[in-house]
Amino acid sequence: MTYETVIGLEVHLQLKTKSKVFCGCSTNFGAAPNAQVCPVCLGFPGSLPVLNRDALHLAAKVAIALNCKIAPKIRFDRKNYFYPDLPKAYQISQLGNPLSHNGYLPISIDGKEKIINITRVHLEEDTGKLFHEKDHSLIDFNRAGTPLLEIVSEPDMSSPGEAHAYLTALKSILEYIDVSDCNMEEGSLRCDANISIRKHGAKELGTKTEIKNMNSFKAVKAALQYEIDRQVEMLESGQRIVQETRLYDAEKDVTESMRSKEEAHDYRYFPEPDLVPFDFEKKLLEEIKKHIPELPEPRKNRFIKDYKLSDYDAAIMVSDKALADYFEKCVNAYNKPKIIANWLMGDVSAYMKEQELSINELGLKVEHLTGMLTMIDAAAITGKIAKTLLIDIIKTGNSPEALVKEKGLEQISDTGEIEKAIDSVILENQKIVSDFKNGRDNAIMALMGKVMAKTKGKADPKKVNEILREKLR
Amino acid sequence: MRRLPRLVAYASTQVNKLTMELNKLSAHELIGLLNKGDISHLDICNSIIDSVDKKDKSLNAVVNFDRDKVLERAKAQKGLPVFIKDNICVKDELTTCSSNILKGFRPPYNATVIEKLLKANAVLMGKTNMDEFAFGSSTETSCYGTTKNPWDLTRIPGGSSGGSAACVAADSAIWALGSDTGGSVRQPAGLCGVVGLKPTYGRVSRYGLIAFASSLDQIGTLTKDTEDAAILLKMISGHDPMDSTSVDRPVPDYAKLIKKDIKGLKLGIPKEYFIEGMDKEIKQSVLDAIKKLESLGAVCENISLPHTEYAVAVYYLVATAEASSNLARFDGVQYGLRASQVKGVIDMHKKTRGEGFGDEAKRRILLGTFALSSGYYDAYYLRALKVRTLIKKDFEDAFKKYDAIITPTSPTPAFKIGEKTQDPLTMYLCDIFTISANLAGIPGVSVPCGFTKSNLPVGLQILGKAFDEETILRIAYNYEQATDWHKKRLIF
Repeated sequence: MTYETVIGLEVHLQLKTKSKVFCGCSTNFGAAPNAQVCPVCLGFPGSLPVLNRDALHLAAKVAIALNCKIAPKIRFDRKNYFYPDLPKAYQISQLGNPLSHNGYLPISIDGKEKIINITRVHLEEDTGKLFHEKDHSLIDFNRAGTPLLEIVSEPDMSSPGEAHAYLTALKSILEYIDVSDCNMEEGSLRCDANISIRKHGAKELGTKTEIKNMNSFKAVKAALQYEIDRQVEMLESGQRIVQETRLYDAEKDVTESMRSKEEAHDYRYFPEPDLVPFDFEKKLLEEIKKHIPELPEPRKNRFIKDYKLSDYDAAIMVSDKALADYFEKCVNAYNKPKIIANWLMGDVSAYMKEQELSINELGLKVEHLTGMLTMIDAAAITGKIAKTLLIDIIKTGNSPEALVKEKGLEQISDTGEIEKAIDSVILENQKIVSDFKNGRDNAIMALMGKVMAKTKGKADPKKVNEILREKLR
Repeated sequence: MRRLPRLVAYASTQVNKLTMELNKLSAHELIGLLNKGDISHLDICNSIIDSVDKKDKSLNAVVNFDRDKVLERAKAQKGLPVFIKDNICVKDELTTCSSNILKGFRPPYNATVIEKLLKANAVLMGKTNMDEFAFGSSTETSCYGTTKNPWDLTRIPGGSSGGSAACVAADSAIWALGSDTGGSVRQPAGLCGVVGLKPTYGRVSRYGLIAFASSLDQIGTLTKDTEDAAILLKMISGHDPMDSTSVDRPVPDYAKLIKKDIKGLKLGIPKEYFIEGMDKEIKQSVLDAIKKLESLGAVCENISLPHTEYAVAVYYLVATAEASSNLARFDGVQYGLRASQVKGVIDMHKKTRGEGFGDEAKRRILLGTFALSSGYYDAYYLRALKVRTLIKKDFEDAFKKYDAIITPTSPTPAFKIGEKTQDPLTMYLCDIFTISANLAGIPGVSVPCGFTKSNLPVGLQILGKAFDEETILRIAYNYEQATDWHKKRLIF
């Protein structure tokens, strides 16, 4: 029996506002417990919420970037439930008149494009944080009242890979429009998944489970795969799937039942009477739209068209806005996009990864990188030398020209010098020479390597190859 | 007795004799005397302290009252003394909503109205008794015990602002703040023979008023006459950035504007407010008042507010639904009561709420929770919201033609303590004439308009257009000038 998978994702995103969504407290991460609280976010009797317009504007920015329709009238609702980290015993959220609905996000998987529909994007407040000790629990309310955006997708994904691609594309957009830190470890981006399976071709949806507690995109993928296997196994052995909420345990790589549908809360939503409805004026929306930069997907297509990059290269170049911006600056100074992309994806990326630095933190000046590439073109240095030169440029912040001069790295194009090196290599490596002469053409690479080593990588490889072949003929 | 500070300070002053009577004066009379320099604000405070000392053992209108603290405050604040209902937050002072669940709660901040009063130099005297969380019409559900009606100590003062109303009626307060969710200022004012004003929803900031039903609550005033209501209203009104539902529009000089006559004003008399079985003496007093208003030049006509009969049902769905949510925060976690001997957090929630809330609070929380529950929401809460819109429209239609609406404040005079506590539904009907104004968000004022044969006050309710407190106070003021009901004093 083959099954198909149906996945919908719910993403919670902390918005990067200076103050909380319904009071003036700071939203900075990492303050001492309960240092960023006031009667409003503590839910003290008599206190009232006042909507932070910045939070609403950032929320609208996300909704627009995800192609959502913004509701003309926005209302808030109360979601009622008891939990010690929820100071008012209700969360101000949106049910009936959410900020926006009916959006979509294109994703790319195995080179194919797919549209994932977005059900709704709405604004709410975050809760506090509980710390469980041996015989008591502690509450930190610093997070309570941080603006939280809920982004709900339609059940349009059919594999853990698609879910991963959706999250990656979503995160990339959110970073482009600069609304959130998108840090899953710090909890500024969180993801829950709804997943069900059904027999291939079946019209009815299967019974779904909700998976929580996934702390990375990798965990989302793993948890979904586990859940698919579990559900298939249950159906195959004639059991029924129970509608429930399950927690993912990353250490054991399993999902475990948390509560069944019967135990689910009745949230008793009703319109929040303490906040007046908000009308989104067209003018304001236009203003917000102006602050949305070119998004990754259209930018990728432009890179393919204008810079003749491959789909793969373009996707990598736009995945990070800062990288894409850097790439374009380089192209302006040095009009060989493919070569720039190769360097950025190759040696530059490797060094960034190794040092855990972003492109901006790296401090590699555009003119230094492009200057170095120009030197390669002019045969002033070899490509091999350039690889070490790049690291020196990054480490010292000096220009490639200065470093080449200082370290004597200029390419050797003087035929006499190269011939001298080749002659001694031939003498020292008779075995390889005879291999080559016996028809092993590859053996010339080994000889070339020896010549390059002898010249400390400075010899012009083209010339080495030419002269070597001449001499061995 | 700790009266020494007062005696030392004032035994030798000439106004000592006058001091004894200052508590009986209205605020505007006292302002006149203060301005002339005949008396000091401390004289007023002392006369109030004396009156509370003398009367409150039998009235039980005042809770959390500390005379030393009052005299300390009076050193910095040189204005009139004011009492505050126990559901309005005063920084570092006990604020309990007359509920065990808020035992020991001292808010870390002042309500906006308190800030405004302090700016006007008011001396905060203390807190007044109320029905627990304002759930009631008799002040009988208070954890501090029932407040008595000064006109008859065997009777209730009305509620839920019964403490504030009784205080003012007994001359133990110059004026006081209350809150009105379904009549909680107007009804006790009517039953105690004082003036009770519920402003338009959004006129006065609710920041710091411990919420009962957020879409209905409004802070109001209890005063000896209409001019005082106008003065106090101006003090506490205005837009507050801390309350999104407070409205940003100018605050008129009510006290000046109300003195204009009422010739030609059109007043509607809704037939739905003169129901079968209502107290005959009340009906007669109100009809007499209407005649009086006509004699002052107003034009009175019978009108209909057709959805009136649904108001009580709508109110007890909307108000309890909101209350069930508003009171959920009293869970023993951060402040107030926390039950001891608990096993885990859910047990703590349950025991704390079980011990902390009184019967009526529990009843309303259950009602409201039910009305919002999945499967019942549409039939109860949502339908109630729709009918609420119709009730609001009734008033909007009426106000297209009429400047104000005249009704009785309450269908009965003050009833006996304990008379209705066993029958919540009968108790709920006490608010039958007052709750529509809260559902519609419009202002209303209750002014004394007579007495029953057994010497119990009767209240006349005047309802107005949203943000037109000026007109209803003007009608009330003109009526007062032509009558002397509000001047009638107790033997007490």
